[in-house]
Amino acid sequence: MNSDGALERLKREGRIVVVGASLAGLRAAEKMREKGFAGELTMIGDEPHEPYDRPPLSKQVLLGMATADGTALPRRRDIDAKWRLGVPAAGLDMAASRVRMADGDEVEYDRLLIATGVRARPWPNPEEAALDGVFVLRTRGDAAALERALAAGPGRVLVIGAGFTGSEIASACRERGLAVTVAERADAPLVGALGGVVGAVAADMHRENGVDLRTGIMVTALEGDSSGRVRAAHLSDGTTLEAEVVVVSLGAQRNTEWLAGSGLGAGPRGIACDAGCRAFDIMGIVTDDIYVAGDVARSPHALFGYQFLSLEHWGNAVAQAETAAHNMLSTSAERRPHLWVPAFWSSQFGVNIKSVGVPSMGTEIMITQGSRAERRFVGVYGYQGRVIGAVTFDQCRWLDFYEQQIEQTAPFPPPYPTVDRRPEGERPLPADFPDPSVPTHGPTITLSGHSPADRRMTFTPAHN
Amino acid sequence: MTQGILRQILDYSSRANPYPLYQELRATPVFHDGDGPYVISTYHEIKGLLHDPRISSDSRNLTATAGDPLNQAEEGGSDVLPPSFLKLDPPDHDRLRRMTNRPFGPPHSPRRVEQMRGELGGIVTGLIDTIAAKGDPARIDLVEEFSYPFPVTVICRLLGVPPEDEARFHVWADTLAASLDPDPDADPAERAKKTEGARMELGMYLAGLIEERRKNPTGDMLSELATGQGPDGTMSTMEVLSTAALLLIAGHETTVNLITNGMLTLLRNPEHLERLRSEPNLAVPMVEELLRFEPPVQLLPQRSTLADIEVAGVTIPKGSSLWLILASGNRDPKRFEDPDRFDPDRPDVQHLGLGSGIHSCFGAPLARLEAALALSELARRLENPRLLEDPPPYRQNAVLRGPRHLPVAVDGIRAA
Ligand SMILES: Cc1cc2nc3c(=O)[nH]c(=O)nc-3n(C[C@H](O)[C@H](O)[C@H](O)COP(=O)(O)OP(=O)(O)OC[C@H]3O[C@@H](n4cnc5c(N)ncnc54)[C@H](O)[C@@H]3O)c2cc1C
Ligand code: HEM
Repeated sequence: MNSDGALERLKREGRIVVVGASLAGLRAAEKMREKGFAGELTMIGDEPHEPYDRPPLSKQVLLGMATADGTALPRRRDIDAKWRLGVPAAGLDMAASRVRMADGDEVEYDRLLIATGVRARPWPNPEEAALDGVFVLRTRGDAAALERALAAGPGRVLVIGAGFTGSEIASACRERGLAVTVAERADAPLVGALGGVVGAVAADMHRENGVDLRTGIMVTALEGDSSGRVRAAHLSDGTTLEAEVVVVSLGAQRNTEWLAGSGLGAGPRGIACDAGCRAFDIMGIVTDDIYVAGDVARSPHALFGYQFLSLEHWGNAVAQAETAAHNMLSTSAERRPHLWVPAFWSSQFGVNIKSVGVPSMGTEIMITQGSRAERRFVGVYGYQGRVIGAVTFDQCRWLDFYEQQIEQTAPFPPPYPTVDRRPEGERPLPADFPDPSVPTHGPTITLSGHSPADRRMTFTPAHN
Repeated sequence: MTQGILRQILDYSSRANPYPLYQELRATPVFHDGDGPYVISTYHEIKGLLHDPRISSDSRNLTATAGDPLNQAEEGGSDVLPPSFLKLDPPDHDRLRRMTNRPFGPPHSPRRVEQMRGELGGIVTGLIDTIAAKGDPARIDLVEEFSYPFPVTVICRLLGVPPEDEARFHVWADTLAASLDPDPDADPAERAKKTEGARMELGMYLAGLIEERRKNPTGDMLSELATGQGPDGTMSTMEVLSTAALLLIAGHETTVNLITNGMLTLLRNPEHLERLRSEPNLAVPMVEELLRFEPPVQLLPQRSTLADIEVAGVTIPKGSSLWLILASGNRDPKRFEDPDRFDPDRPDVQHLGLGSGIHSCFGAPLARLEAALALSELARRLENPRLLEDPPPYRQNAVLRGPRHLPVAVDGIRAA
């Protein structure tokens, strides 16, 4: 049987299994059907819900403008799948091409797509994490519970970690008129993703909007009352802060534990795959029938020196899922690389923040348009004399241009004048990213070198 | 490439169908002839330039305007008023547009346009009722009797011009519109005098109304513009004036032409007219396809370069004038499959008809609503409409292109 025949048979009567029934899983499934896959499609998801959208969870839902269960993802087409919801996949037998379910069932596949995403990093002390009033925010259930707690009008909310999600939560609290403290280990919010220059703007936005922002500080312990409700937090400066609601927003952990021992190249930094979304095994050999997409993937990118990137970006999940689906059903000549330029958005304190490229690779930043003081500007990031990323605050209509500059590896600093150039934009500034070896809260883009193997870190299965 | 292709495009004889010339032009995505403007005719290049911060909309950045044959025909060139935000760059553009948007769209006024739906429907019904009562079914001029009066009435209601003054407003708007569409036989000096007179009267009238609204705000756009106290402060009277004039001018001729081009296209494609009659909801995708297929703003002639820039392999020097031929980009086969076919079912119709980037049409939600209501109602109420002249007579203007008259015959007009 030639490979064309095998592909035709796969399309006609093959079995495709998708593990992780969220954004990437759904969009991949839709793409497969669109490409004429007529075989059996199984969607395995540990959450009891059909795929839903997460970005509104920290925005509209926390403001009470949308309900957590009203965020189902719109369907682009019928995918005619067997849904196995509410039971996690617990293991993978690569040799037998089988996924083992937590309830003991086994599901065989001809092609497997892994899209198990990430979960919120929990508060490190399990007893404190279990106190009433302590929340994380990743799922629909998390959002509903947090919204209820905010609606009850707590005296003070403490947000631990000022990455994008933490900042959005603080913004929602202020919009609801709640007192909120944000504690961040770094010197400013968003520094991991956008650096210190932009972080300083973010810090001003917090304070202007009445957030009690405390930077360069760590929460060392949470304290409960006799009924098991959180009542206070202890900070590294020796002070104690009373709070009725604590939201732990310390970034994400990859959902790869279920693959431990499978022989797949999966670890705490994600699952390594090639530009065509095919997973590597632990020996660094690319597999033929296992694909990866979305937040759980680590893949090399041509524009960024073929370093492996992990992206926690909505748009990346969609684009990578579509590429994976395409490649799963293509001959090797028809496969295409995932060349998506990273792009991210956030809205907080009434400002729409967007970024393209990999700002965190930048060593310098130039404010090419607008003004930081007005909270409306474009910042362009440079790395080794080229444009590597850009961020806009309420200036997103220019972003296409800067995306092209990144794709064309245009020179940095940009040698040309632009509309709305201010004195502060005349020359580049140091971008002021923290030392990458010091983890920050949710950079949303993680660079992890050139090796598909994840050996530098030891694999620690989940504590619970 | 023929030497005079720009001249040909501007020449009245190509008004009814400029599209073959655009096709010819696209063979040279960046066309430059002598000291004329750099003419961009392909979709991706136009789109790129509309998002390029090295491009200015402020004509003060032009080093050479001499070769620009459209310059005299430009609207709103009154020296009395400060430039409207259409002709400004950030940050002034952004500030004025934000302040104008506050009483118009989300996030501050998410319902202004939607709340006009009923009123717009009423105006449409009234206009068609008048045709039914007074018109001659054997010859109705849809421009004169429908497309023309409709948008001016809408702008009046939006701004808050009192109903008893609407008639005067129509006269000024007509005179200003005529100045965009010079009648070759009329005496230019005479015309200029009339235009200047209308502009003055309109300006005085609006200034008076603004003063009145400042004292007694009534919730309409003009009151809000005159008294609004957002994070950007309040507009000066001059700024309110030039903004109101911009809304009137930018929202008038364009919408007239969209509705007229729409009816013309539907009469040429009766199967789509019939579909629209039975499914009024089709009006929404149809309007999008119309904005691609027959865009009322054919080209943007007022951009300039702030730096030397490279487009499709051609270096355009700093200070050059650019023409972005939106209507040509909309028919670029590299972007749209079978571009010369009118196909309201196109899945991905991201046309350039309303511009793109920071100057993209401010009135877009209103324009879309007006056109959808107008076309679906005309389709529903006109019985067996037939085109009496094809092509119909066009206006002079090559930028704001559209028929001067659209004569149709009908068997009758259905009740509202
Ligand atoms: C609050 C919040 C706000 C956000 N806002 C933005 C934003 O503004 N802009 C932006 O670009 N991105 C944003 N994101 C990120 C974006 O939502 C993610 O990039 C996107 O959800 C990734 O999709 P995914 O399908 O790869 O992973 P996920 O959505 O994480 O889905 C993975 C799924 O797999 C399931 N799963 C895990 N392990 C197993 C297993 N063993 N067996 C079965 N199922 C399993 C998980 O429960 C989950 O349902 C936000 C995320 C959150 C949480
Ligand atoms: C179908 C009808 C319409 C079409 C085809 C149209 C088209 C356009 C186009 C192409 C632009 C971009 C100009 C540029 O980039 O230089 C524009 C801008 C603009 N339009 Fe419209 N328009 C229409 C209706 C309206 C209406 C009804 C209004 C007012 C209520 C309006 C108000 C404006 C304004 C104020 C601008 C300037 C925006 C800016 O510079 O930021 N338009 N329009």
